[in-house]
Amino acid sequence: MIQPDRTVSTTCPYCGVGCNLELHLKGDFIYGVTSPFSSVVNHGNLCVKGRFGYDFIYHPSRVTTPMVRKIPQSPGARTQAFDLNEWTPVSWDEALDLTADRLVEIYRRDGPHAMAVYCSAKATNEDNYLLEKLFRALFRTNNVDHCTRLCHAGSVVALQMAVGSSAMSNTAAEVIYNDAFIVTGSNTAENHPIIALQMKTAVEKYGAKLIVVDPRRVEMVNWAKLWLPLKPGTDVPVFSAIAHVILKEKLHNEAFIRERTENFDEFAASMEKFTPEYAESISGVDRNLIVQAARMYGGAHNAAIYWSLGIPESSHGTDNALSLINLALLTGHIGRKGNGLNPLRGQNNVQGASDAGAMPWHYPGYQRVDQEANAVKFEKAWSIEPGGLDRQLGLTTTEILSAVGPAGVRSLFIMGENPMMSEPNLNHTRKNMEQLEFIVAQDLFFNESSAYADVFLPAASWAEKEGTFTNTDRRVQRVRQAIQPRGQSRADWQILCDLARRIEARLGRPSSAYWDYQHPAEVLAEMGRLVPEYAGIRYERLEKEGLQTPVPDEQHPGTPILFEKTFPRGRGKFHRLDYNPSAEPTDDEFPLILTTGRVLEHWHGGSMTRRSQLDDLYPEAIMEINSADALLLGLADLQAVRVTSRRGSIVLRARITAKATPGVVFIPFHFYEAAANLLTIDVLDPLAKIPEYKVCAVRVSPAREDELVDSEARQTRGRY
Amino acid sequence: MPEPLTITINDQTITVQPGGTILKAAAEVGISIPTICFHDFCTANALCRICVVEVEGARTLAPACVTQVAEGMKIHTQTDRVRRARRSILEMLNASVDLSDAPEIQEMMHEYGANPDRFPGAATHKQPVIDDNPMYVRDYSKCILCWRCVQVCAKDAQYTYAINFEGRGFETRIGTFFDHPLPETSCVFCGQCVGVCPTGALKPKRQWLLEQGLSADEIVQTTRSERRRKFRGTLRGESPSVPGETQTKVSGGQP
Repeated sequence: MIQPDRTVSTTCPYCGVGCNLELHLKGDFIYGVTSPFSSVVNHGNLCVKGRFGYDFIYHPSRVTTPMVRKIPQSPGARTQAFDLNEWTPVSWDEALDLTADRLVEIYRRDGPHAMAVYCSAKATNEDNYLLEKLFRALFRTNNVDHCTRLCHAGSVVALQMAVGSSAMSNTAAEVIYNDAFIVTGSNTAENHPIIALQMKTAVEKYGAKLIVVDPRRVEMVNWAKLWLPLKPGTDVPVFSAIAHVILKEKLHNEAFIRERTENFDEFAASMEKFTPEYAESISGVDRNLIVQAARMYGGAHNAAIYWSLGIPESSHGTDNALSLINLALLTGHIGRKGNGLNPLRGQNNVQGASDAGAMPWHYPGYQRVDQEANAVKFEKAWSIEPGGLDRQLGLTTTEILSAVGPAGVRSLFIMGENPMMSEPNLNHTRKNMEQLEFIVAQDLFFNESSAYADVFLPAASWAEKEGTFTNTDRRVQRVRQAIQPRGQSRADWQILCDLARRIEARLGRPSSAYWDYQHPAEVLAEMGRLVPEYAGIRYERLEKEGLQTPVPDEQHPGTPILFEKTFPRGRGKFHRLDYNPSAEPTDDEFPLILTTGRVLEHWHGGSMTRRSQLDDLYPEAIMEINSADALLLGLADLQAVRVTSRRGSIVLRARITAKATPGVVFIPFHFYEAAANLLTIDVLDPLAKIPEYKVCAVRVSPAREDELVDSEARQTRGRY
Repeated sequence: MPEPLTITINDQTITVQPGGTILKAAAEVGISIPTICFHDFCTANALCRICVVEVEGARTLAPACVTQVAEGMKIHTQTDRVRRARRSILEMLNASVDLSDAPEIQEMMHEYGANPDRFPGAATHKQPVIDDNPMYVRDYSKCILCWRCVQVCAKDAQYTYAINFEGRGFETRIGTFFDHPLPETSCVFCGQCVGVCPTGALKPKRQWLLEQGLSADEIVQTTRSERRRKFRGTLRGESPSVPGETQTKVSGGQP
């Protein structure tokens, strides 16, 4: 039996639930993880990633020395370098000087619009604040975004339009107070496992009635009273038909509508056409299920909606989210305990990165860059001459890569993101990446994106630095350093401050935006002076447990429930809706719908989990297909298949399972061997600029075993 | 509000709300009753009986973790009878189970004067360590059958039902259906079971390897070579595979 040398309390680096961890260490080796049972977030429970999936930090392929490419890269001839032999190890001074020289050279020559940066929802609030500050204050560009664009952008935009705030309205643990709740576009049991436990408890022990609206028979259906298996992309008709029934049966909350909302009449008129019969004809969902769901949600005293990326990742993602918001406004299921509109955020710090201004249209705290007063405020705070900050909206994640070219974006700084796995239509993304003049990657590994870089800056992992993450229910929690940074790696905030000072000197900027922080606590305090929701957050207040934003002052206890009295925009606004089909319908050539997503054991582009023991549990990509479709195609279980869309083709095994509904196949996007995003379509929602990951047309045909990249990577699992 | 109850614990008279257990009532006045199978976040089942107390008028000793307080109850937590029962429980546990990873139980043995050699030659639960998955090992030689792991796998947390009791009497043990390896069960490897195990029977694999004397570097290496061994070997079909050339790949860069 061993005793730990020490234990360190910190926050999980995987999903937005933000579980509290206790790392058990022997020397610099984390050998175990437990969680305090007193934790308000996860009550001592963890999932496989949180409890066992941290070993990527010790992986032999971790890059811990600054690196520069041996062969100079040029636009159009840029290649990926995964092999250490293709890189020259250099000192930090050399790497940072080179980075500053090249970025300043491009900025001087081509101006602010040539600069762009991907911040990171995996990094801390402080890291993200500093990186957006660096690009805004020094390079005067708003081309600042991160993977929220590929994730909940549709929800964020819709919530801003309808209520004026973009986060979960209530606390995840409140699900036990729901009488009824809708889970849609969310495979909660695999992607927010700890919130799923609370949902299961709500059903099993508190009598809550669960309605799942999802094209897949996800695990939560096992706990549901109703499952509405809609055709992917038909969310607006289904939820609008629910609104239609609520209106017809007078289950709506007249007092709430009168006192707290606007635009009801136009909305109600637009719902007239969404009869259950009409919705059934589009979505395939039995009209009776729609009526029952309307009665269950509309008739409940406390009811909430939880959704994830099935809603926003669509060419009409904003409309999808609005159809949910309309339901909450219609019934008044918002602003009270056990109610609410709850977009479950994916990454550990996607809420925080968004709050910290890693967004092209907003300064920290969702303050629009195109409003003069905001620009003036940040010019003062960052010691910038009047008129110095860019007033134009910047480019979004997907737009940044599309804008690469001689007159467009020339350089890209990537901190801890992997667009070469996570962007839609990767063949197109690859072409754009190759046209860049200069790429800096700040990461732990040579992944598909950082392998394209000219300079690699080795960052410290979450266990090697101090900071804060903001979880899905707006809880700012501490991340604590458990071990020394591996090799020469350094914390992101330190690298960025060092780089900023060099860029500032080269640009000869007359005054400084300030980069001489001794500790991330000072960065968060600075952010708090600029972001009212973070004004009262100080590190010393986060010692025992986190604080839920908004925290307007240092005495404020935090805000578990939003919109109790009013909405940030005043009245909640109903939006009229029409049905718009997905961009790519199926046809004879591409007869199946592909929808993409994640599995329990892996995380996004796989940089972390595929370098972990987690990969032993789930070592290969597997497509899910319904037995009816498999029969038509003559497929056997776990047979190799080729999946082809208009944009690409991959080979992987097919599992025949009732989890897939007829006509719809599912592929997780974690696996470079069969990257689902080679197939997906890069059409964007016009308002939120989020790609349509959840619907594209594909063809499936049998393939040979030897066409698999690694036919031996198999693990028998009982749960799949 | 229901009427509060008046009870005495160790001659101290207190008022408590009805519906609570003797264990909680005692804790409220600072009287500690030893527990082994009890866990604040698991359903109590009074399996180990170490928390037994004497209730005046009751024929048998009462397990404090599940016995509810009642009006006028007179409770004694440290009588000779109670201490003798606890001592015997500890001696029997110690005779059949490897308690080397359970310092709290060892401390209790000391406190209650338990004789570690009271049952020489007793049957034991000694059995090989089960190492069937990459995440954690199961060393049921150390299992005292507290039921916590089964409960957190079921309705106390995870609703996954991958493990349960099997066998009867002394042969009772924790297992999977048909003794399938864990990856082939419904197990999701959340490790809630590892988190509540009081005796080190369930343990993260890395911790176990560290205890076997491997260094941190060796552990990283071991798990990688195991990966190769296990997942290159267990295949259906013999066909040696060659990576397809027609495959569109993002890269070949990952390990």
